Amino acid sequence: MRSALNHAVRAARGVRWYVRELTDESAYDRYVAHLRAERADADVPSRREFERMRTDRQEADPRQGFRCC
Amino acid sequence: MRTDSPRTASPQGPRKASPRSIVIWTLVALVAAAGWSVLALSRGEEVSAAWMVAAALGSYAIAYRFYSKFIAYKVLKVDKTRATPAERLNNGIDFHPTDRRVLLGHHFAAIAGAGPLVGPVLAAQMGYLPGTIWIIVGVIFAGAVQDMVVLFFSTRRDGRSLGQMAREEIGPFGGAAALIAAFAIMIILLGVLALVIVNALAQSPWGAFSIAMTVPIALLMGFYLRVLRPGRVAEVSLIGVALLLFALVAGRWVAESSWADTFTLAPSTLVIWLVAYGFIASILPVWMLLAPRDYLSTFMKIGTIVLLAVGVVVSLPTLKMDAVTDFASQGNGPVFAGSLFPFVFITIACGALSGFHSLISSGTTPKMIQKETQVRMIGYGSMLMESSVAVMALVAASVIDPGLYFAMNAPAGVIGDTVQNASQVVGGWGYQISPDDLAAAAKNVEESSLLSRTGGAPTLAIGVSEIFSDVTGDGLRAFWYHFAIMFEALFILTALDAGTRVGRFMLQDTLGNLYKPFKDVSWKPGLVITSGIVCGLWGYFLWVGVHEPLGGINQLFPIFGISNQLLAAVALAVCTTLLVKSGRLKWAWITGIPLVWDATVTLTASWQKVFSSDPRVGFFKQRSIYQDGIDRGEIVAPAKNMDDMHTIVTNSTVDGVLTAVLALLIVVVIADATRVCIRHIRRPALSTLSEAPYVESQIVAPAGLIPTKEEREEVRDAVGAEPRG
Repeated sequence: MRSALNHAVRAARGVRWYVRELTDESAYDRYVAHLRAERADADVPSRREFERMRTDRQEADPRQGFRCC
Repeated sequence: MRTDSPRTASPQGPRKASPRSIVIWTLVALVAAAGWSVLALSRGEEVSAAWMVAAALGSYAIAYRFYSKFIAYKVLKVDKTRATPAERLNNGIDFHPTDRRVLLGHHFAAIAGAGPLVGPVLAAQMGYLPGTIWIIVGVIFAGAVQDMVVLFFSTRRDGRSLGQMAREEIGPFGGAAALIAAFAIMIILLGVLALVIVNALAQSPWGAFSIAMTVPIALLMGFYLRVLRPGRVAEVSLIGVALLLFALVAGRWVAESSWADTFTLAPSTLVIWLVAYGFIASILPVWMLLAPRDYLSTFMKIGTIVLLAVGVVVSLPTLKMDAVTDFASQGNGPVFAGSLFPFVFITIACGALSGFHSLISSGTTPKMIQKETQVRMIGYGSMLMESSVAVMALVAASVIDPGLYFAMNAPAGVIGDTVQNASQVVGGWGYQISPDDLAAAAKNVEESSLLSRTGGAPTLAIGVSEIFSDVTGDGLRAFWYHFAIMFEALFILTALDAGTRVGRFMLQDTLGNLYKPFKDVSWKPGLVITSGIVCGLWGYFLWVGVHEPLGGINQLFPIFGISNQLLAAVALAVCTTLLVKSGRLKWAWITGIPLVWDATVTLTASWQKVFSSDPRVGFFKQRSIYQDGIDRGEIVAPAKNMDDMHTIVTNSTVDGVLTAVLALLIVVVIADATRVCIRHIRRPALSTLSEAPYVESQIVAPAGLIPTKEEREEVRDAVGAEPRG
């Protein structure tokens, strides 16, 4: 019983992880982790600033993330 | 100097196959063989789609297990100790090592769109067998190989784009041809995709309303992500999908209400709306429309593909289309003219061999791949998945009554605009369907008419509604039809926006050489001018397609196919050149043979489109027949008046010249690549390879979807391994 519950919780976590990764919702966490890994006291942008920067980059080069036929 | 040193040969060295794996692979081979035999041998009797699924999945499994492994380890010599650009240049944004399962999803969502759904539906006019063979054999030996090899070489070059690789490895001449080809293809692609949705949405208030609603829904999502809760993509996508499904249901109410007239749009009105949408959307900031739409269409795309796969497997419908129709040999089919060779091979591009994929395999994906060894799973594997989508589209087109199929896909100039006339014409081709059945088919999906709904999307939607209502009951048939239309229209509209931006970017770059300010992509006047030019160009093809008396899809789809296969020729030429220059001459046939095949098909098709004396096929023959008519003052059917005659003459001239130019570009690229290869074989010292130098990788990650026992131990032993395995 307990192990079945554990399995269900693990599966739900797995799904959440996959959805967050696939939609790039985890992009901010990843970026912060990347900055902190280089310097522990690095200045990190707020989530709002980060997401703006990301769309600005796509604006500047629309080939990023382009999908096709 | 050769930097391309092979380091590891085989993942685990030579070993004997275990009895268990011999038994399993023999069984898989038997399943595939059984599927192929039934498909190939049955004539006149009804065949279950199960055999097509068996042939496809069995062949994919064998190809992936043996051929892709051979290419990865023997030919490319992927090196798991070599750091990828994602690891070396990690910036936490576009360069970052991504879990292979996530990247598989990203890559698949990027390559699979309307293409694998439209081409096979149109090619079904020759029967299901030619299309099935080409989709499966083509993907195994050409399409998936191209995707994987481009991905590998781009990964070794810091994620260089195809155009850059062509310039650096072949030369400025080949590079320029590749650039022009990419731009031309973008324009034609957008024109044809837009034409597909015009044919699906015209005179359909339900469809037009639900698609119009996607704009406010996307704006709302964009506002949510920008202002309310930045970056919460999953939750906003769920809200968006819920609203979208509501808009779909509401479409029926609108169609039955007094608003119906407002949303019943003529094709030429839709053209204006679409071009205006493309222009405005592409100059708005990305966050307002493009980004949220992209989330919506990706969700819908993956959802629908999964549903379709489940539907096909659960209901295992019977194929009603002939295995091979008479149109295959006679070349007089109403959907597109020309005989099986070469036209099946250019009509089905995505799903078998698609040049467009090389733009994704170079550029975006290589910047995220964790391990070189994963190119097999990401490049080859994703393409096999796309191919299975194409097989499902072919199933969907083959389960509907062939009489209905031809009535939906023949141009109005051929079958007329009444069900009586259509029934008679289609009957003349040997497919019996009564006028009442044609009218009932339209009524079942709550459309006023299904005649001449060319372009593939409506036919696919009928097939999808057939399969789904098998599972859910007949009551939902109309809903499923409009669901399928909405899902295709959704990502085609997104493609119009994204494609216009990419075309504009290319144009800004080129015009920047003439007048400096254009180079600055945020310079507003330049932005508006170049967006306008790009929309004007694809809008021209859309307008022409809608008003073409000979049938827009009939005339334009072959040009789209030729241009897509042209891009494949560029990609395969780059791959072959790189194989030769990196000391893999004896393996150059891996991409060399697909290149020869692709060039043969594309050049034969363009030759026939330009020079054929059959007026249905040859553009210039068409032109001369209608020009002679004008000179004599006679009207030649299907033209109804002199205006139609002039339209045909102009369109045929444009189409013919365009086809000839595309063919010339193919010849230039291949000739230039051949020159570089021969020079390398004669004087290797003259060649340079712009490969990034070897850096040892610190990441430990499995190569395939399911880690092997050794890989699992490696991951466990590694320090700082992935947070979640």
